[in-house]
Amino acid sequence: MNAARSRITLPFLIFVTPVLMWLFLLIVLPHIDLLLMSFRIEDDAGAMVWSLVNYLNFFDEPVYWRTFTRTAVYAILTTMITFSVSLPVAFYITKVVSPRFSGFLSLLLLMPFWVSELVRVYGWMILLRESGVINHFLLRAGLLQRPVEMLYNDITMVMGLVYTSMLFMVVPLISVLESLDDSLIEAAYDLGGNVFSIVTRIIIPHAMPGIVSGGIVVFMLTLGNYLTPNLIGGKNSLWFTEQIYNQFIASFNWNQGAAFGFLLLILSSAMVWIGLKLTRQKLSQVVQ
Amino acid sequence: MKKAAVVCVAVLLVLTFSLSCQAETLELLTWEGYAPKELMDKFAKETGITVKPTYSNNEEIIAKLRATRGAGFDLAQPSQDRISSVQAKYKLYQAIDFAKVDTALIVPSMLEAVKKNTMVGDKSYAVPHVYGTSGLIVNRKYAPDASDYKDLLNPAYSGRVSYRLKRPTLIGVAFSMQQDPFVLYANPTSYEKLMKRVGEKLIENKGLVKNYWTNGDALLQSMRSEEVFVAMAWDNGGWKMHAENPDIDFVAPKSGALGWIDTFTIPAKAKNVEAAYKWINFMLTPENAAVFTNKEKYGTASAGAIEYYDAEVKANFQRSFSKADIDNIKWYPPVPAKLESIEGLILDKVKAAN
Repeated sequence: MNAARSRITLPFLIFVTPVLMWLFLLIVLPHIDLLLMSFRIEDDAGAMVWSLVNYLNFFDEPVYWRTFTRTAVYAILTTMITFSVSLPVAFYITKVVSPRFSGFLSLLLLMPFWVSELVRVYGWMILLRESGVINHFLLRAGLLQRPVEMLYNDITMVMGLVYTSMLFMVVPLISVLESLDDSLIEAAYDLGGNVFSIVTRIIIPHAMPGIVSGGIVVFMLTLGNYLTPNLIGGKNSLWFTEQIYNQFIASFNWNQGAAFGFLLLILSSAMVWIGLKLTRQKLSQVVQ
Repeated sequence: MKKAAVVCVAVLLVLTFSLSCQAETLELLTWEGYAPKELMDKFAKETGITVKPTYSNNEEIIAKLRATRGAGFDLAQPSQDRISSVQAKYKLYQAIDFAKVDTALIVPSMLEAVKKNTMVGDKSYAVPHVYGTSGLIVNRKYAPDASDYKDLLNPAYSGRVSYRLKRPTLIGVAFSMQQDPFVLYANPTSYEKLMKRVGEKLIENKGLVKNYWTNGDALLQSMRSEEVFVAMAWDNGGWKMHAENPDIDFVAPKSGALGWIDTFTIPAKAKNVEAAYKWINFMLTPENAAVFTNKEKYGTASAGAIEYYDAEVKANFQRSFSKADIDNIKWYPPVPAKLESIEGLILDKVKAAN
């Protein structure tokens, strides 16, 4: 009892107070407000009353839950693709290239993130649009007869999402792969292992904490992304975040928007929980 | 040493704060292009007030002010049809004191119309500023016959059509179906029925659309690079493009261009109300209004400005609007509450459809 009390010293309080204030004032308090808001609707007389209608609307109106499902499926797909692209990159940086260059290569990966996401997305749009750079070169080279619109479809959108979130997968993978003993891989080769068995039975099990933490970050970022689906995905890609935005901004229906926000929060938390259960990881280990 | 550094930082902080307080500022919530730099500089020179513009659109103006209950900005510029119902419900604005506005500068009919449309109780909440229309921007080389909102759904221009997923598109298409959505404003049930039909049409012809534009500059870029031939947009964009490429021009649609008036409103918790009135009167002075019009091609409510217009601006108007077209302009009546959520759901469905 005494020992526990003596740990709460003045410096501890000084450091912990801003964190708690931050969490409470900027995260907990607004969320409580939103939660209350999501259970209220305006009745015909214009007065606010308690109701579950905002949540029921979500299930009644196919456009809402379809967008919701679509967003979740695409976020999972993006996470998987990001993982399969990032693993070779991280492996190359930590194990293959000489240590002198690995720092430089990590820096190269970091570089695109020095500009804002908006600028990067517009960069992609300049490259891929019908009158864009890639079409120009393909026409010049005689590979195309007429320019092709490469924007505004799901493939380009997923590519943009993978590009945006790759770094957040590579960095945790690098940090877990650094602790992988090279001799394990060498021993596996000596014992007749092939690339596939080495990847699935040595590298992936060892990298699991990194994969899960990278996966969580990428999944959350993709699920909550607004810019990339909206700008690159264009006309066919209603993202759930955009639907929340529309409720708040276009329809002036903050209560409905708040309900959607909470559904998104529940969905992402549930997915992360399922992911942790499937991979038998503990959240406390993964976030380390 | 450490102490000296701390003192230095403290002094610097105090200095910057006091400096930023000293210089008088006007926080302006407006549309892109509504505060040209030369006019802001001139205003600063005449009054010593620095204008700080934030660019937005109708929906975001309302959402921003609603989030702060009318604080954070000294002057906002929503369209006249989006004021009265919002004001009645959320009380975002304060009533205009017309004694402080130089009403002699304003076209009387426009002033009266805006006063009437933004009236809540016995007070009016807006002063007219900019007016214009929504219609079609057409590239005549590729789409010589495009003349109505119907052509946004015309298979002849497959892949070359662009419009915003916002309420003007729904209303324009409704007019091209020989319906009058403005009459149905008072009757939400039949309005919803009509809008559902419009939504179905848009979904049916979604394949023709290149993209749904959200940013005026991005649309003009697609027109310029000839990726888009027919677009629904504001008249000034078409006239700007016409100056660059004579094939492209604004066309007043057969079923009527949609006329809007953007206004000045003063948010309920504005800090610098005096500066707001100064800016209103400054922008409506004929010389300044003409600088704005010559640059942005939009007309203003300033009565005397026409004398200072460039010849090009006058030519634009005459080219795109015949007498009949002007008489056929459909001016937006005030939007009653609840219509927005009807439209919102339909627009979401259009965007989600495959």
